[in-house]
Amino acid sequence: MRIPIETFQLDNGLFVTLSPDRTAPIIAVNIWYHVGSANEKPGRTGFAHLFEHMLFQGSKNVGSNEHFELIQRAGGTLNGSTWLERTNYFETVPSNHLALVLWLEADRMGALLPAMTQEKLDTQRDVVKNERRWSVDNQPYGTWWEKLPALTYPEWHPFHHSLIGSMEDLSAASLEDVQEFFTCYYTPDNAVLSIAGDIDAGETTQLVQKYFGGISRGQERPALAPMDLPATFGSRLHRTVEDEVSLPRLYLAFRSPVFGSDEYYAASTCSAILGMKRGSRLHKSLVRERQIATDASSFTFDLTQGADLLVTDVTARPEVTPGQLEKEVEAQIAALLDDGVKEGELERAIALIETDMIAAMQSASERADRLSMFATYFRNPELLNEQAERYRSVTVEQVNAFVREHLIEENRASLLFVPAVKTDASVKSEAVGQ
Amino acid sequence: MTAVRPVPVPPREYHFPRFERLTLSNGLRIIVAPARKLPIVTVLAVVDAPAVKESSGEEGLAELTAVALREGTKLRNGSEILEDGERLGTSIECGADWDRSILSMTLLKERLEPGFALFSDVLTAPEFPTHEVERLKAERVAERLQIIAEPRGLADEAFSRFVYSPESRYSEPLAGRTGSVTTLTTDSLRRFYSANYSPFGTTMIIVGDISTDEAVTLLSSSLDGWKAGDAVRANVNASQLRSSRGMELIAKAEAAQAEIRLGHVGIPRKNPDYFPIVVMNSVLGGLFSSRINLNLREKHGYTYGASSYFDWRRNAGPFVVSTAVQSEVVGAAIRETLTEIDRMREEAISEEELSLATSYLAGVFPIRYETTGAIASALAALEVFELPDDFYDGYRDAIRAVSTTDVLEAARKYVDVNRLQIVVVGPKETVESQMEPLPFGDLSVREPIES
Repeated sequence: MRIPIETFQLDNGLFVTLSPDRTAPIIAVNIWYHVGSANEKPGRTGFAHLFEHMLFQGSKNVGSNEHFELIQRAGGTLNGSTWLERTNYFETVPSNHLALVLWLEADRMGALLPAMTQEKLDTQRDVVKNERRWSVDNQPYGTWWEKLPALTYPEWHPFHHSLIGSMEDLSAASLEDVQEFFTCYYTPDNAVLSIAGDIDAGETTQLVQKYFGGISRGQERPALAPMDLPATFGSRLHRTVEDEVSLPRLYLAFRSPVFGSDEYYAASTCSAILGMKRGSRLHKSLVRERQIATDASSFTFDLTQGADLLVTDVTARPEVTPGQLEKEVEAQIAALLDDGVKEGELERAIALIETDMIAAMQSASERADRLSMFATYFRNPELLNEQAERYRSVTVEQVNAFVREHLIEENRASLLFVPAVKTDASVKSEAVGQ
Repeated sequence: MTAVRPVPVPPREYHFPRFERLTLSNGLRIIVAPARKLPIVTVLAVVDAPAVKESSGEEGLAELTAVALREGTKLRNGSEILEDGERLGTSIECGADWDRSILSMTLLKERLEPGFALFSDVLTAPEFPTHEVERLKAERVAERLQIIAEPRGLADEAFSRFVYSPESRYSEPLAGRTGSVTTLTTDSLRRFYSANYSPFGTTMIIVGDISTDEAVTLLSSSLDGWKAGDAVRANVNASQLRSSRGMELIAKAEAAQAEIRLGHVGIPRKNPDYFPIVVMNSVLGGLFSSRINLNLREKHGYTYGASSYFDWRRNAGPFVVSTAVQSEVVGAAIRETLTEIDRMREEAISEEELSLATSYLAGVFPIRYETTGAIASALAALEVFELPDDFYDGYRDAIRAVSTTDVLEAARKYVDVNRLQIVVVGPKETVESQMEPLPFGDLSVREPIES
């Protein structure tokens, strides 16, 4: 199965991918800016994400909150998201509204700053602080998102710090920061535009040229700090966190080859063998057979620079201690190192990955997002059509080579959440604190 | 870049995927919707085995029965079912709802035949092995501990318990509590299965890269011999506990935020004013650009998001406004929400607000049905709510026909300010004093509990 893909680039550097599919009268428009939390300056953690919120606050010809309203009035859905290496913005609308979406995206790419005010920044800062409370601070295990990268990337590394940011840094963000970030990173030559769905390629090319053609190319962007890292941690890393949780949970992470590399496919397959769905090694052994866990899964971060992370995530049964949990998970990793993976496990993993990939291609929004991803990271959206084959060609030997090199003791980082113990002493110290 | 706003070109026609209905000789209903874009098929069984058919004290039986189906049959043990499915790149997802139980799987067309053999085995010949049922119960008990520690889930559950009378099944969590789940036995599951899983109470839905003939051949070869059982009556009590306003605070000391739920018992899904209600709710709190979200989030920065919804069930599900705010502004956020509810009932919305909601709802309609899974779920809703077969074909016109007067009438008729209930999960020391002055009667304060 191949989806049709066309690409072209405007003179100002905007890279465009088109993927027509006329089954239903809808289109997905998706922009990736090649900037994420890794690009933040010291003292401004969380800024890339706060900035994402500001992109919905209007631009030269678009009023505050009008972006949302115009898309919804058109019968469309929209959002944006921020990640370590990129920020994306996306809309899915009835296909007769294509020009509106391109106009809106072009207006904020070309002329965001005239609409920026201190008041809007202050409100969005409060919204983001509440987002942090909601998704991180007030969620059991919610801080794993920032604690795991902090544990596994050295302090100098751009992936080390928190993506959602600290309350202190969010408070410090200024309008000047907004201006500087926009001018530096939100330029056509640092962006990829993908359009999938009910389009005519020729007409769409003209519309893209019409709305985005006049936007100026950016200046040179500051280079990221060096990203390179050794292939493994080199020693055992460990952190225990007391949290408002009922059950212990272990995030056991391994440094792993970057997304898109040849070795990545072995790593990603290994992750599926370990923790994709209920028939995976960890789920089958720890949840079904040994019955010491309520849930077990694994995944990769899919980072393209320096090193990626493979993470396993296992939650204990109530009667299981944190120490036992850790021992049980380690024993499964040791068994994998001793025995290696079997052909049947590989086939199971590839079959599941294949179904997921094809099912995802049903959605125009998913197609556009993945095209943007491959275009942003590798300048090659055709990679989307090669993924199934890349996975199918992974061999047992490749996975086992990955296991031998990366699941070793010196390449493990444990982030262990344990239920906070409420002693009389801690109650007293709280009372004193007030 | 240009200051000139583009105008839309004429829309291209869209219709909801065509589907066909058939009935097998044993009473099993079949719906087939060919959608041949990609080589993929979704199979879904809607079974009349809902949580409202549980007896009192057996809460969680429907859910446990549904997830235990795949834990062993006469032909395969639980691990084999799991492994056979995953080797085919799929797994059978099971679960119970207030109004039904559902089994579904999505897989590549070329693997449909062996996949469906597995699916029908699980649906028609489960054995409910004791050791697997006991494991699932233990997992559910652990899940209960997780819910008690998680403010969002805790608030949703506490709200249901505070709003519905104890006789209503809706007052208890869908999947039961520790106390009810631990009393369930293999026998209870077998009894619930044989009473509720039968060809008469089941609709098989197949969507994707398949013709009606292929689907019927596939289904009849494995499901023709399935025998019927006896039907059971459902608990239809959906009454509200208090006829006047009430409020409750669940004290959670370390909470960084307060979860707020505000609302009352709503109405059953089958209501002649369904479309005006949907549009009214979109303006009130259904859309990002709704009044409540714009007020609480974009005007005041109190929250990351606030929304309202009618939880549609066969019987009267709740109407709820849901948000999480900084603990210091709980009182202010509730007052702003009440103001928006009053405003909705006092004067008609503007034409601009109406057209925003109706053009949104009509426009996103095709976007909702891009996948075989989404189409299958939509067809399942037809079955569960006994909607006419042309419901989806008429949806967009029915939405566009709603007027500002209809919306005002819907708000007055279906949002009852005198019956509103509030539940907050948050730190007592900051929240209690903010709630006490609210005109909602006495504030009851309690700890999160599990029984």
